[in-house]
Amino acid sequence: MNSIFSGTRLRDMIRSIRACKTAAEERGVVRKECADIRASINENDPHDRHRNLAKLMFIHMLGYPTHFGQMECLKLIASPGFPEKRIGYLGLMLLLDERQEVLMLVTNSLKQDLNHTNQYVVGLALCALGNICSAEMARDLAPEVERLIQFRDPNIRKKAALCSTRIVRKVPDLAENFVNAASSLLKEKHHGVLITGVQLCYELCTISEEALEYFRKKCTEGLIKTLRDITNSAYQPEYDVAGITDPFLHIRLLKLLRVLGHGDADASDLMTDILAQVATKTESNKNAGNAVLYECVETIMAIEDTSSLRVLAINILGRFLSNRDNNIRYVALNMLMKAIAFDDQAVQRHRVTILECVKDPDASIRKRALELVSLLVNENNVKQLTKELIDYLEISDEDFKEDLSAKICSIVEKFSPEKIWYIDQMLKVLSEAGKFVKDDVWHALIVVISNASELHGYTVRALYKAVLTYSEQETLVRVAIWCIGEYGDLLVNNVGMLGIEDPITVTESDAVDVVEDAITRHNSDMTTKAMALVALLKLSSRFPSISERIKDIIVKQKGSLLLEMQQRAIEFNSIVDRHKNIRSSLVERMPVLDEATFNVRRAGSLPASVSTMAKPSVSIPNGVAAAPLVDLLDLGSDDILAAPSSSGADFLQDLLGVDLGSSEVQSGATPGPKAGADLLMDILSIGTPSPSPAQNNTSSVDLLSTAGINNNPSTALDTLSSPAPPHIATTASAGGMFDLLDGLSPSPSKEATNGPAYPPIVAYESSTLKIEFTFSKPSGNLQETNVQATFINLSPNTFTDFIFQAAVPKFLQLHLDPASSNTLPASGNITQNLKVTNSQHGKKSLVMRMRIGYKVNGKDVLEEGQINNFPRGL
Amino acid sequence: MIHFVLLVSRQGKVRLTKWYSPYTQKERSKVIRELSGVILNRGPKLCNFIEWRGYKVVYKRYASLYFCMCIDAEDNELEVLEIIHHYVEILDRYFGSVCELDLIFHFHKAYYILDELLIAGELQESSKKTVARIISAQDQMVEAAKEEAGSISYIIAQAT
Repeated sequence: MNSIFSGTRLRDMIRSIRACKTAAEERGVVRKECADIRASINENDPHDRHRNLAKLMFIHMLGYPTHFGQMECLKLIASPGFPEKRIGYLGLMLLLDERQEVLMLVTNSLKQDLNHTNQYVVGLALCALGNICSAEMARDLAPEVERLIQFRDPNIRKKAALCSTRIVRKVPDLAENFVNAASSLLKEKHHGVLITGVQLCYELCTISEEALEYFRKKCTEGLIKTLRDITNSAYQPEYDVAGITDPFLHIRLLKLLRVLGHGDADASDLMTDILAQVATKTESNKNAGNAVLYECVETIMAIEDTSSLRVLAINILGRFLSNRDNNIRYVALNMLMKAIAFDDQAVQRHRVTILECVKDPDASIRKRALELVSLLVNENNVKQLTKELIDYLEISDEDFKEDLSAKICSIVEKFSPEKIWYIDQMLKVLSEAGKFVKDDVWHALIVVISNASELHGYTVRALYKAVLTYSEQETLVRVAIWCIGEYGDLLVNNVGMLGIEDPITVTESDAVDVVEDAITRHNSDMTTKAMALVALLKLSSRFPSISERIKDIIVKQKGSLLLEMQQRAIEFNSIVDRHKNIRSSLVERMPVLDEATFNVRRAGSLPASVSTMAKPSVSIPNGVAAAPLVDLLDLGSDDILAAPSSSGADFLQDLLGVDLGSSEVQSGATPGPKAGADLLMDILSIGTPSPSPAQNNTSSVDLLSTAGINNNPSTALDTLSSPAPPHIATTASAGGMFDLLDGLSPSPSKEATNGPAYPPIVAYESSTLKIEFTFSKPSGNLQETNVQATFINLSPNTFTDFIFQAAVPKFLQLHLDPASSNTLPASGNITQNLKVTNSQHGKKSLVMRMRIGYKVNGKDVLEEGQINNFPRGL
Repeated sequence: MIHFVLLVSRQGKVRLTKWYSPYTQKERSKVIRELSGVILNRGPKLCNFIEWRGYKVVYKRYASLYFCMCIDAEDNELEVLEIIHHYVEILDRYFGSVCELDLIFHFHKAYYILDELLIAGELQESSKKTVARIISAQDQMVEAAKEEAGSISYIIAQAT
């Protein structure tokens, strides 16, 4: 019959593709074949369709686009002959998926074929429907499938049953229609029908509570009997796998019994005997037997309390765990995680074996074991387990270190009995795997260190020693330079020696060496370098004798290619050089960080990931967080007069680059003396001798502004605090900045606020949300500004529970009207009016921090930002 | 449930793919690339399970071919190994000691057999005999249709 066809045969095409030596050659052959097929499709010759599609499927498997063949599938399916239909359905399942609209066109053909007289055609249609139907098709064809569950031939019944599972998965509302048909399948003798029937019942039980109740009442006993029969049945060659009759049926029955028994004591009671029988009698020397045992153990764990059975189950798992087959050990670890919930002691007995599994060469087993170990940890064994894990960290594969160190950190944080132990363990982890440690972990460590005042000396010395050996571990270096900057004097003078310490001799220049090393190393990143620079500034005050050397190091950074580094280097240099009188108070030790606040913030920014440590990532709102040093000065400049008591903590967190997505509106939430930080900020933002309040204000601007002489403080402030000020970049010549820093030329700050029109601004923009402000001033009151905020949803999802919060420094008063709606539809917008009263009108410009909370698909989203780009003169 | 079935050769060539959950064409090739990279590089003594994007991939090597199935995290991995073996045994019976070449040149047959074994990512038949019977019944129907078509075209060819 091939004689009348044109083109190559399938076999020849496969041969020529296989003969290709290079990918380019293969592409050439495929391109030519595709061209032939397209031509043949255009001729619309029904004889070639069959073969064209077969070729296309092969080409598709190689990864080439074959969408032009989709319609051919439909044509083949619509043709009357069985061979055409068979290949047509195969092509349909291969080339299309449920999301393609072309698929809808096949619904009618499917409907006809489901009613076909030939059972194999019906089988093909059921198979296609079961594999790729969309929700719409499921709805359309559900009645046909439901009818076919009662079909005379078992081959069709089983296919219809599985097709129904797909239908109810796609459209759970249809579940109740299938309950009766499904329960009738449970009485079948044919294994295929029984397997699929049990599967359908399982699916229905997971979808519908009513179905679950129905099957529990009507079918539990029958299922138990079926399981008993099959367990006790004589050898049946057709279904025998390694001495077990139909393990697949076993497993499905056990699975269905599991959902029936779960949460129902009576049903659980009924199945105790048969479960015990399966658990004890199943051969465990072959995989099939172990698969059944594994399922049985899972069922025993899930059903209502039958403690003797559970002992049996745990024993099986113990046997699994000592099995030499990796697969068996893997599932044992998996199950023990569930077992831990009700019998911690039994699992603890296997602790040594589980720890061994953490060191297994197999990554899958290691991962499971590590999860399990972290569940096994409690106050009593934390020290021992942590030691084991840290010992292993030293020798583990590089790619496992990330998981392992994250796990150790979470264990240590959760169960640490005392601070010194915590610090010790964290230092070990940072030393071994510092480059894998996530930001929030070392931030937390710094908070703890800052709180443990009696350990400051000990910690800084330990860090110093560690960093000499492990200087390539970035996070270790960061923590070390932070501590050296803060507590460098304790390092040099051996202050606060603990009994367990060996005295070390560190000279001042040794300490500076470490910091210099960090700032000059080429692979240190921006954060590390910035921290090192701040540490140097601090050390210049702590170690006055070598402040010249420190100055030299700082001066070198004037040539840094990183703008922020360059700028700060110049500023710091000036502080070291010319302002010795204020330097010591400027760089006083950081106030103690509030641990509780930090933890709350941390938990808030890392929902659910703190315990599992799966992916602890610090979220940084778009465009708000900038380089740490920008934040440092930024905060100082706008909050300084307004809320000095609260900015200390913020300040440090911003300094560290942490943006923990939480309220900074909490004035006074961080009690305690903050004089040091305030002073620091005072100086950075306000500048030195200030003859009058008004000048004070302007001089602050001049001190920090790089944007040339400007007669308006607000613009200068804007330039300073916007994260990426474009004109700083262009005008930031070192010399000019230098002058500006020192040039205390108080400039007249007279406002020119006669024009009532203020340009609207984009206050905030992220990938999902844009906020625009428009302004108007009521006549007669210059201090007041009416702001209309428009929130625009840029995402395709609707935001619900939308709430906008704003905070302003004390010289401002803010009044918020309710928003026009709390639901923000996709691409829609809502508005909200704000009234701002500026008590220092003409002297200071508006600044505002805001927080926006909303829900997308039930998930909470929080976005934050700071608005510095208000038009001048408001 | 089984989300997809993948047959990859030792050289990383795809021999069969079957998707029971919706993946776009792009995702499919990404998945294949990602998984074959991981699986082909695993040592021989390691366990047959990989945790991957919240799913588990169970794979087993038969001669030069890797049979992979992706399942939900809570599914029975050991059973899936049995399903893979079940499939291989049926292929073996059908082709008579199956080899990779059989699956290349008769790839559609491998798909037909898989369709008699799995629907909607669930097992439909535990008897190898039944699967073989249904497949051969359908093959016969195809043969019969071919003969018929052959004779008709022969008559037409004669007549013209």
